[in-house]
Amino acid sequence: MGVKNGEWTIRGVREALEGKRVSARELTQQFYSRIAQRNPELNAFLALCPERANAQADGIDRLVAEGKPLPPLAGVPFAVKDVISTRGVRTTCGSRILENHVPAYDATAVERIEQAGAIVLGKTNCDEFAMGSSNENSAYGPVRNPVALDRVPGGSSGGSAAAVAAGLAVAAFGTDTGGSIRQPGALCGIPAMMPTYGRVSRYGLIAFASSLDRIGPFATTVADVAAVLGVIAGRDPLDSTSANVAVPDYAAEASKPVSGMRIGIAKEYFAEGMDPAVRQRVEAGIEALKRLGCQPVELRMPHTGYAIATYYIVATAEASSNLARYDGVRYGLRVDGSDLRGMYKKTRGAGFGPEVKRRIMLGAYALSAGYYHAYYLKAQKVRALVARDFLEAFTKCDVVVTPTSPVPAFRLGERTADPLQMYLADIYTVTGSLAGVPGISVPCGTTPEGLPVGLQIFGPHFGEAQVLRVAHAIETA
Amino acid sequence: MKLSRDDVLRVAELAHLELTEAEVETYRAQLDSILTYIEKLNELDTARVEPMAGGTPAGVRGQEVERSGGQENPALREDTPGPPGAEIAEAVLKGAPDPSKPYFRVPKVIERES
Repeated sequence: MGVKNGEWTIRGVREALEGKRVSARELTQQFYSRIAQRNPELNAFLALCPERANAQADGIDRLVAEGKPLPPLAGVPFAVKDVISTRGVRTTCGSRILENHVPAYDATAVERIEQAGAIVLGKTNCDEFAMGSSNENSAYGPVRNPVALDRVPGGSSGGSAAAVAAGLAVAAFGTDTGGSIRQPGALCGIPAMMPTYGRVSRYGLIAFASSLDRIGPFATTVADVAAVLGVIAGRDPLDSTSANVAVPDYAAEASKPVSGMRIGIAKEYFAEGMDPAVRQRVEAGIEALKRLGCQPVELRMPHTGYAIATYYIVATAEASSNLARYDGVRYGLRVDGSDLRGMYKKTRGAGFGPEVKRRIMLGAYALSAGYYHAYYLKAQKVRALVARDFLEAFTKCDVVVTPTSPVPAFRLGERTADPLQMYLADIYTVTGSLAGVPGISVPCGTTPEGLPVGLQIFGPHFGEAQVLRVAHAIETA
Repeated sequence: MKLSRDDVLRVAELAHLELTEAEVETYRAQLDSILTYIEKLNELDTARVEPMAGGTPAGVRGQEVERSGGQENPALREDTPGPPGAEIAEAVLKGAPDPSKPYFRVPKVIERES
């Protein structure tokens, strides 16, 4: 567990720049060369923005030449998931319906990392509108897992996870609605964090489910995840759901010792359905934490088994509303129809892929007259119960530890025949999504075939510090 | 079977989705299977549970705010225009399928009988 030899970290980049061993321009060029070499087989990137990257790199090189202090992410090659708006850079959400969409503004999270000196290299592939668990729902082709090319990287942020795992970016943004940062992190073998709902501004994040969506970082180390989080967290007046809660020094918190911390282990997350190699690695991770002085606490989280059903009503209902805007009127694809409604129907019929259509219809059904109480309202109540499981757990422990994914990276095409099978890949991640709590996936070894396994750590709302602490302990164990 | 062909057609109409005949049956079967799975929520008695409507459950410390000038809800601001200004219209219209500044042009809306 830990950084592969020779790979860049945020600190490594900064030290190399300060020591004038490399310029930001040169480093940027190095990464573009790597991308040119590996992206054809991985399909991690959908668009590159070298002009913007070079301009940013030149700015950093000027600071170095003038001996000025460098901002926290200076020179860091960064990739951005294609559901996040970047001014002047094509943003497709992995969909045909936005094939030529160029945003007129940057997402706040993008603005913040660029202000901190990061170099946005390009936009990464993802499941269409962030709907998927394998990156096989992209209109632009699947992404391959760099660890095993016949396997999926996970989803929906498969492109960002693959890019970082393959050394094509030092850090990347993903988004997580039901597991879409954590699960690809687990399948590709890198740390991947979903912050608390409201911790990071959603301004500029093209919405899937507004009460669930979160932006979060992938990196090659927990320290780097903490560093990026520190830059992007915090109140944004442009997002009224962003929380006005102080941002701690996550990097400093992450390296504190874990001795005496209470780690909650809920039996609902360790029932059948888990690959035995995953179970073995996750249990070994828990043993490592015990050796470091953590106290295990047995928990019951009785609504865990209802989370998938709840999620696929709440998220799809919100999606049916959020995706109503793609109608051919103001942006994106337009397919002509005999009248206005005909145009809407043909545009959406042609522009959306099957998974998106499935979810829109499910959501519309759950909200429709006669069904709203039975489905949507019911799901909102069960959501409250899932959240209550976490609130009660955190009266007894500091973090809850679970596997991230029941299985390691599966083969391309293996789960695409039955949508429900794919949905069940999210079984351990959606609970935290519904509750609003933060969660990280941290690598904890590999299966006998060499496939990465992720251990998930949930914390209380705005408890990223303790989540990062335990993750860091796993990484260095 | 929970979901009929008519249900799918009705929902597709609500969602402004044009589907082929083959798609209607494929989605019907898939949505039926998903809705059957979702039935398990009925195992839970939620009569006395308050629905969770947003991203954060009730009772969570989420807003530690300075009260500014007596304003009660700091998530709201004065309803006055801020940046960007009118220049954003250029950028936005540039991406439109059929712009006619300052409008987005669309097919005629035809009155439907019924």
